[in-house]
Amino acid sequence: MTVGLFIPCYVDQFYPNAAIATLELLEKLGVQVVYPLKQTCCGQPMANSGYEHLTHESNELFVKNFKEFDYIVAPSGSCVLHIKDHLHSDKYPAEANAIRGKIYELIEFLTDVLKVDKLKARFPHKVGLHQSCHGQRGLRLAQMTELVARDFSKPEQLLSMVDGLELIELTRKDECCGFGGTFCVAEEAVSVKMGKDRVADHLQHEAEYITAADMSCLMHMEGILRRQKSNVKVMHIAEILNAQEI
Amino acid sequence: MSELKDHAALAENFNADELRVNWHDETLWFIRQKRDRSAHAIPDWELLRETASQIKHNVLSNLSEYLEQFEANAKANGVIVHWAVDAREHNQIVHGILKKHGVKEMVKSKSMLTEECHLNDYLAENGIEVIDSDLGERIVQLAKEPPSHIVLPSIHKKKEEVGELFHKHLGTAPGVSDPQVLTETARQHLREKFLTRRAALTGVNFAIAETGEFVVCTNEGNADMGAHLADVHIASMGIEKLIPQRKHLGVFLRLLARSATGQPITTYSSHFKKPRKGHEMHLVLVDNGRSIHLGREDFRNSLKCIRCGACMNTCPVYRRSGGHSYHNAVAGPIGAILAPNFDMKKAADLPFASTLCGSCSNVCPVKIDIHNQLYKWRQVIVQEGYADSKKTLGMKAMTQTFASPATFRLAGKAGRWFMRNVPLAVSNKLNPWYKQREMPVPPKESFGEWYRKNRK
Repeated sequence: MTVGLFIPCYVDQFYPNAAIATLELLEKLGVQVVYPLKQTCCGQPMANSGYEHLTHESNELFVKNFKEFDYIVAPSGSCVLHIKDHLHSDKYPAEANAIRGKIYELIEFLTDVLKVDKLKARFPHKVGLHQSCHGQRGLRLAQMTELVARDFSKPEQLLSMVDGLELIELTRKDECCGFGGTFCVAEEAVSVKMGKDRVADHLQHEAEYITAADMSCLMHMEGILRRQKSNVKVMHIAEILNAQEI
Repeated sequence: MSELKDHAALAENFNADELRVNWHDETLWFIRQKRDRSAHAIPDWELLRETASQIKHNVLSNLSEYLEQFEANAKANGVIVHWAVDAREHNQIVHGILKKHGVKEMVKSKSMLTEECHLNDYLAENGIEVIDSDLGERIVQLAKEPPSHIVLPSIHKKKEEVGELFHKHLGTAPGVSDPQVLTETARQHLREKFLTRRAALTGVNFAIAETGEFVVCTNEGNADMGAHLADVHIASMGIEKLIPQRKHLGVFLRLLARSATGQPITTYSSHFKKPRKGHEMHLVLVDNGRSIHLGREDFRNSLKCIRCGACMNTCPVYRRSGGHSYHNAVAGPIGAILAPNFDMKKAADLPFASTLCGSCSNVCPVKIDIHNQLYKWRQVIVQEGYADSKKTLGMKAMTQTFASPATFRLAGKAGRWFMRNVPLAVSNKLNPWYKQREMPVPPKESFGEWYRKNRK
């Protein structure tokens, strides 16, 4: 099995540690991973802003980069959801369609494809889990509180395998953090207020770290935490699942 | 387009008072939680939603037939049926009925349709006074404001502010904010209006094609009080309010109040079928853009909406921007997908007032794919040329960067170098991110650079 590693553009540029952890974690689990060097962006920032019609080139680049792999894995629910819902190509329609069916967000790849039931990881800290909306509601990584349906959480399932980790409870389990792509600058006031409220929930429950399957939410909350001069850190879930702290 | 109202700017004003935003958010979150408890008490809740959605699907697919059936049955019952193509015609019809009866004052229970048509203003211009009889609507009417929420019109007002309004308009003692006292004052005030008004207008929650009757749901009984005491009852309804048969009503009544406030059912679910002897019952069926909406395949199922407001209560953006920031009769996520159909230019900002978190689509009792429609409206609004030209330029530049791996690598490297060495290039007041958030700390090496060194 060869997995093509898709690293979202902003993770590549600003959070390489989340990408390195994703790669190492997959390698540790015996997966052969290839990172196509010519990848850029999935096109979501344009599409969510109403410019889906400008995404042809990034779509075609994406197809060229990833069409050969058995699976494509990315440490981002949001980018994966975008590809699943919107990737299309006039040049390579069949390949684009196939990619939509074989792309996975990291967490679901671990729980559903690799069926991981134990991890060699240790992270002795109090951790708050932020359920990023696109992963949760879009990819169904966890049950949402609105629905009258069986409760489950794939990220919690994996975090429970990490030695020493204490998962804190939140007052609002699955409220959006307010990042929302270009929303974070176009609707700055509401975006920041949403972020402050999310961060406050984690702080009230004494989190030392806030984690999520999407670095974009964490980047937004990190910006708020640092402005507040808080010692609480954000960390992508891949880094925790790959942690070997003593 | 500075004369156009803009959600982001209005919401920024709303956020100037953070404690008030907290209060607004908590109040509506409390209602969302009540809704959750109530929904979770029904094991077949999701089946109920699916059933309601399918019934409405059938209605929208056969709307013209159901409308004709409904009209024929209503007429046979002795109801006078009117058709209004738009808001103006609706207002003229209502005015005509009132003029015929020489009525100068009318009570009106809650009707979002009349808000959409701006009926009160129209009648006021024609010398007719309308008294809104729903308590929340009466409060905003006294404050000369539009409702900020379709179910809870004055949810943005604190009880102290209601006390001030009642002191000014209804003669309560200054400083009184006890809800019991204020409610009793409103009750007495409205009682006098009910007893003396000869015409009453109500909305319509459900119209039943099979029987020609219509159902009005209230908690205060104000629709009944108005309609029963007046000589003339006018009911205004959008043409999408139909359900095929009476047996379908139970599905919707079970969903409506639970979704709206967490109650099992509204206090009053009143069926109106025919006028009493010597009285008149009028029904105005209003299109006002709905037929056009029905023709937009991607957006048509938003006409399934039963106006419960659950999407507003769950929406983290609505809770923190307040209903007035949406500058539309219907606020929140559902307003943001309905409004562009009426006026794309005026509502061009609304589909962008969302993070696309998707919670709205999952609380919706008729399963409208609200967040997908928000996404689709964004595409339409940009394609139709209602986007800011600066934004379009930015998006084109971004597209070119992402289209070329070499440009992307270079731009990334240069960008990170600048952020490390000239932090003020991005950490300044012109950057909306930086206003209340720190920028990420740029690493020396991107993942791509690391990978080339460590794996290739």
